[in-house]
Amino acid sequence: MLVSIYRYNPDTDAEPYMKDYEVDTGGKDLMVLDVLGLVKEQDPTLAYRRSCREGVCGSDGLNMNGKNGLACITSISEATNGKKKLTLRPLPGLPVIRDVVVDMTMFYNQYEKIKPYLINEDSPPAIERLQTPEERDKLDGLYECILCACCTTSCPSFWWNPEKFIGPAGLLQAYRFIIDSRDNATTERLSDLDDPFSLFRCRGIMNCVNVCPKGLNPTQAIGHIRSMLLDQAT
Amino acid sequence: MSNIRTLSFDAVIVGGGGAGMRAALQLAQSGQKIALITKVFPTRSHTVSAQGGITCAIASDDPNDDWRWHMYDTVKGSDYIGDQDAIEYMCNVGPEVVYELEHMGLPFSRTEEGRIYQRPFGGQSKGPDNPTQAARTCAAADRTGHALLHALYQQNVKHDTNFFNEWYATDLVKNQDGAVTGVIAICMETGEKVFFKSRATILATGGSGRIYQSTTNALINTGDGVGMALRLGLPVQDIEMWQFHPTGIAGAGVLVTEGCRGEGGYLINKDGERFMERYAPNAKDLAGRDVVARSIMQEILDGRGCGPEGDHVFLKLDHLGKDVLHKRLPGICELAITFAASDPVKVPIPVVPTCHYMMGGIPTNIHGQAISQDAAGNDKIVDGLYAVGEVACVSVHGANRLGGNSLLDLVVFGRAAGMFIETQLKQGGDHRDTSESDLEQADSRFARLEESTKGEDVATLRKELQKVMQNDFGVFRKGEMMAEGVKKLSDLRARIADVHLTDKSNAYNTARIEALELENLIEVAEATAIAADARKESRGAHSRYDFPDRDDENWLAHSLYSPETKKVTKRDVNFAPKLVDTFQPKIRTY
Repeated sequence: MLVSIYRYNPDTDAEPYMKDYEVDTGGKDLMVLDVLGLVKEQDPTLAYRRSCREGVCGSDGLNMNGKNGLACITSISEATNGKKKLTLRPLPGLPVIRDVVVDMTMFYNQYEKIKPYLINEDSPPAIERLQTPEERDKLDGLYECILCACCTTSCPSFWWNPEKFIGPAGLLQAYRFIIDSRDNATTERLSDLDDPFSLFRCRGIMNCVNVCPKGLNPTQAIGHIRSMLLDQAT
Repeated sequence: MSNIRTLSFDAVIVGGGGAGMRAALQLAQSGQKIALITKVFPTRSHTVSAQGGITCAIASDDPNDDWRWHMYDTVKGSDYIGDQDAIEYMCNVGPEVVYELEHMGLPFSRTEEGRIYQRPFGGQSKGPDNPTQAARTCAAADRTGHALLHALYQQNVKHDTNFFNEWYATDLVKNQDGAVTGVIAICMETGEKVFFKSRATILATGGSGRIYQSTTNALINTGDGVGMALRLGLPVQDIEMWQFHPTGIAGAGVLVTEGCRGEGGYLINKDGERFMERYAPNAKDLAGRDVVARSIMQEILDGRGCGPEGDHVFLKLDHLGKDVLHKRLPGICELAITFAASDPVKVPIPVVPTCHYMMGGIPTNIHGQAISQDAAGNDKIVDGLYAVGEVACVSVHGANRLGGNSLLDLVVFGRAAGMFIETQLKQGGDHRDTSESDLEQADSRFARLEESTKGEDVATLRKELQKVMQNDFGVFRKGEMMAEGVKKLSDLRARIADVHLTDKSNAYNTARIEALELENLIEVAEATAIAADARKESRGAHSRYDFPDRDDENWLAHSLYSPETKKVTKRDVNFAPKLVDTFQPKIRTY
């Protein structure tokens, strides 16, 4: 099958270009990561990230035929959706280091801004902190985020303000700690987000929900935080 | 070596998985100047793939649970070559370490009482006299590794750990006194090479499952730490002991947690028979992993496998119902649909034993200090070098690891090494000297690769290596096949020494990384092969047709493979726990 891949090596290329490869998939509906492996056998200069190859580590977020997703759990047929050609580009909105490898510093910076760790200054008990199953259930749909950046790099608000808007992934994690019964920094966390950009740049476009490979819903989490901020203000 | 920049630290940790980040956290909290070098962003480490849980006697499921029962299970599971002092330490300190993780924010699943949810796992009992199935594995649904790794990363962010993300460690640096003085690493983004000079160098590089064709392991598990140690001339221990997980998804190799069977799932053959009842009448599907893996292979060899080729069996889960599956095993449901086109709510998952875990590794004591031996066979500490996690062989897993014990191993010994190094560093002492020639020696293989002008390509050689390991060193082993395998690997080693790196550019050159990784794979593969051939008995995961019985008279011992002689010697197993009586070797049945 025909695979077209974004190529750019800063050591040798003046500018990026698309390169076509003919790949023999043996008639199988392989995962896109397997296709990249076959291309790399032909052309070892191709650079991409990968690790777990099962959709849990978040290394191989790519733009596949226009849509962000993880190469290891997206099949050719899903990615191409009936088209003949598989087109692979880096995640949009972040600087390219080489080929489809992007510099994720801006993404990680936004994650770190939300203080992504449990805050509870009370001295802990000799055993675990107790939490009811109902309280724990509130973390479902939040803690599973793998930081692949598919959502944040599909978000026009992030493209526009990558330094100021936390983005869907970071905000999902902000809510993960706000809603955790063991965390007692809710006020501080909410006030950290209470400015025109950090959270309120979300325009409800919902690209994040559309692309999340783990089926998570950042828009909903953002909505909850928004309500809490409004409640606090009244 | 004037082209190499030097950065100095009190401690350098190589590897950002569970063990490395737990050690880093300990040292960061104590205010030491540390660096954590990792070839992938920390949350991409293989710990993230751990599913079922972390085994530990926190007495949530059973208020009378006892760490000594956990210790007994682990000793028995190891087929008696796990070191009892180390197992005792792990099981005893375990609850404290798991509570710490919870306090860090790890989102464990909960019981109605609000405590951590524990599920049954293989090989768990209520002590030597009570084979009742225990439920001792603490779980965050079936994403415990993800939850643990992210919690540790988050705490390291909080404590400002100095990360060198996407830096690849190529080799350790050893000085003329035999002390490890640091490590050379390259920045993947720019290609810059740096000598990380350190008073303590901690290897936390994980396993090496990529020596096999079919493995549950991430693509990054290439045995970098074992490779570095062997190139330094250090021995590795029990490296022939490879765990084949009973349930990898057939074809894809993706892991399906033992927690599935813990929650009530079971294996069936093509006749629909629950065959584990024949092999392990008491524990059935929750026998030790080695036992279950062999039973599956036996079913397949006897013609009772499933599918058109009869090359797998089925894991049946549908009787648990949609609610339990979606609540307790949501990740498995996703993986089965993605990689086997099977929704476990409706149909069973096709599974087959798949390479999963390296029980062997760099021998260490419970402080993580690497151990070598002198000419007379006495243990000696390798000055400056530590190992924790899967790369280490402390040894708590012996010949067969119990499910849920790897996550515990990571955090218990990552923490223990951190605490010990903290004390050592506070006692003072300066960096040991490193000469130009020490650095050149450490950099030599890198230099050779850069100068390569012809030779074979990485992908071809890697495939051949994996094929040899898969065919000749699998679940069942045979002397003549292993001898053949050893020879093939020796030939491959020569060819790999001549591998050709065509792309010598600097920016994010993954071809270079893969070439360097291949040299680690061959180190691990050859050590495995020679040690497997040398251990003339069957014990735990090492099962030989030509020596089908356990031989306590000759082999109740660790194997120690020396890269210098390419020979295997024996090292004593520790039978001297401090707080309990020794568990004496018994016939192992489930």
